[in-house]
Amino acid sequence: MNQKKNKKSSDKPGKKSAKKKKLTGKISKKPAKKEKLIDKISKKLAKKEEQISLGKEKTFKIEKANGMADEKPTKKEDVNLERRDILKGLATIPVFGPFLYAFLKKKLSDDFKRKEILAELGISKKAPAVLPKTDLKKPRELIRLGIIGFGGRGEALVHAAGFAHPDWIERKKKQAKDNKLNKGLETFLAQEDLNIALTGVCDVFDVRAERGIAASKNDIRPGGGSGLLKGARRYINYQDLIQSNDVDAVIIATPDHWHAQMTIDAVNAGKHVYCEKCMTRTIDETFKITEAVKNTGRVFQLGHQGRQQDSYIKAKQIAEKNILGKITLVETTTNRNSPDGAWVHEIHDEGSPETIDWEQFQGAAPNKAPFSLERFFRWPCWFDYGTGLSGNLLSHEYDAVNQILELGIPKSVVASGGIYFFQDGRDVPDVFQAVYEYPDRDLTFIYSATLASGRKRGKIFMGHDASMEVGSSLTVTADWESTRYKEKIMNNIINTSLPLFTYQPGLKDIDTVTSATERYFATRGLMYTLRGGRRVNTTHLHIKEWLDCIRNGGQTSCNIDRGFEEAITCHMATISYLEGRKVEWDPLDKKIV
Amino acid sequence: MLKKTLFFLALCPTQLPKYTTTQLTSLVVLRILIGWHFLYEGIVKVLNPYWSSAAFLLETKGIFSGLATSIVASPAALGIIDFLNMWGLIVIGLGLIAGCLTRIASISGIALLFFYYVFNPPLIGYTYSTPVEGSYLIVNKNLIEMCALFVLTIFPTGTTVGLDRLIFLKKKPE
Repeated sequence: MNQKKNKKSSDKPGKKSAKKKKLTGKISKKPAKKEKLIDKISKKLAKKEEQISLGKEKTFKIEKANGMADEKPTKKEDVNLERRDILKGLATIPVFGPFLYAFLKKKLSDDFKRKEILAELGISKKAPAVLPKTDLKKPRELIRLGIIGFGGRGEALVHAAGFAHPDWIERKKKQAKDNKLNKGLETFLAQEDLNIALTGVCDVFDVRAERGIAASKNDIRPGGGSGLLKGARRYINYQDLIQSNDVDAVIIATPDHWHAQMTIDAVNAGKHVYCEKCMTRTIDETFKITEAVKNTGRVFQLGHQGRQQDSYIKAKQIAEKNILGKITLVETTTNRNSPDGAWVHEIHDEGSPETIDWEQFQGAAPNKAPFSLERFFRWPCWFDYGTGLSGNLLSHEYDAVNQILELGIPKSVVASGGIYFFQDGRDVPDVFQAVYEYPDRDLTFIYSATLASGRKRGKIFMGHDASMEVGSSLTVTADWESTRYKEKIMNNIINTSLPLFTYQPGLKDIDTVTSATERYFATRGLMYTLRGGRRVNTTHLHIKEWLDCIRNGGQTSCNIDRGFEEAITCHMATISYLEGRKVEWDPLDKKIV
Repeated sequence: MLKKTLFFLALCPTQLPKYTTTQLTSLVVLRILIGWHFLYEGIVKVLNPYWSSAAFLLETKGIFSGLATSIVASPAALGIIDFLNMWGLIVIGLGLIAGCLTRIASISGIALLFFYYVFNPPLIGYTYSTPVEGSYLIVNKNLIEMCALFVLTIFPTGTTVGLDRLIFLKKKPE
């Protein structure tokens, strides 16, 4: 190898000098100045040639061929070095060509698909405008709230309104210390100050009433800081709270058997009412409460906070745009698998006939029972106080579907189930299914629940062209056999194994998902929620909506009409289960057949 | 001083490496492929307004999980990490393909891949919910790419084929 090289380099000078002679000969006719220059170059070249390497010589040849050596002879030495270096230095730059080409091709194709899909669907990319403007100014008029029933749900409602029990604050502080991602306290304190005072608490259990008073005095709250909260007064009997001049509006979070009576009494006393679901326990109560609320014109809100869930609001828009095609089946579920989820709540140590006003608790219940801690703390397990899965959980699912599709009351229902797992003396089923028919809408609505398996099943709307799964996020997937999307599926614009698009609350846009990884992150809500998306408690929004209507007028989203539909629909299933028959609704006579 | 540092980083060892054409070609091809991968990973992240390293960080297992959680919990820290990640990938990719400050690019690439590896190490007993396209036991693609970049660091090619030739070669002491 070395020998060869030497041989080559020894050959070269001879050839070069011959070429040089030619060169000088050619230029000799030109002015003397140039001749001098060329002479100089020739000398330099001769000197250089001894050190010249193989590569440099090649460059020189190229330059000669291009006639460049003649044009810039003064800097020839540097030029020779740079030419070669430039070539090698830039050798990899052309790689950017294919990179850009491939990148743009992929991007254009993805963008085209996105655009085509969104144009076909005709939906706005924007999120529904549900998150209220964060008006940092407090509303001017103070509303004084009373709460009846300060159990788990009552405490959560008051919390959402802006009053947390000191224990909760301490617990959250500790949790935030242990886990920096726990932002419970931060979220609570960032909540809007609704300009309310908690002035009345009524609970038949002393411990809970005291907790309510402690919460009402706690100044660690949204907009807090003055440290001068007067706190609530305890009312032993709910009637006293309702009649009190210190209370403008009442939250009712008692067992279901008290809802109707208390709401009727409250609106008749001129109070506005926020009532937990299920609105009533019986069909009869449903008519009475509706009449009372309508006659008094008080602002009524039923506690289905899902009404504030922006994925539900977006789902309604999608259904209205007919993106799913004809929807024939809607499937909803409840899947729980813990004693607490099955209402086997803890029995408080201090619960006793001395601390619990048992007579007032039983009140409107159809069957009077002797004092029972189980019945008091685990009331949803008995039909005397509620309607089990139907009023407790089907009601939420039905209301979500009613919000999205505006179904109203069904034509008929068949329900079944049994007490299959929690055979602990309860009389409500722990496995329960209800099948509702809406022949006018060509649609069946199914509810299916078990309290003894936590397997995830979504809330699914099945249409001819696409199906939609709605939870805290929303996913629409085109159907393989769709008529509407047939062409786009064939042209590979729509991929039926990927969602047509997904929607995440907190995310400003609807996005069409183009890769499996993106889909994975979207469905897990990992992509968006931690960045910028403000977390808001839906119950807080639901209470805020109620208070806004009290101050400014207008209709609440879950008003008495929606409540009427919810209660009738749930009770139809309960009757069907209890009587073991198909139950129908007569919309003209407004009665159950 | 800065020049000297840059010079050292880009050229150490200061001798122009001598490779056969095949050796040089394979090293340059490897450099371009890794650069391409970095560049596209970076561009994809920059173009997705919702991309965040939060999901990856939340999956962190092992000794770095505390640090990762702290980063996610602080929007400012997460913002910085996201920015460094996106633009780091792009700059490293450009550097490797063009052979510009190749040694700095390779070393930064190694550092970045090292973090990816130790934050989500495929060790026995650790399972991740992030989908992966292969099966890994201790060795994963991050580790391999990291080692490949290490090879490129000790067998530099930027000063032979790459912009580094133009940036540094002329100033090379004879």
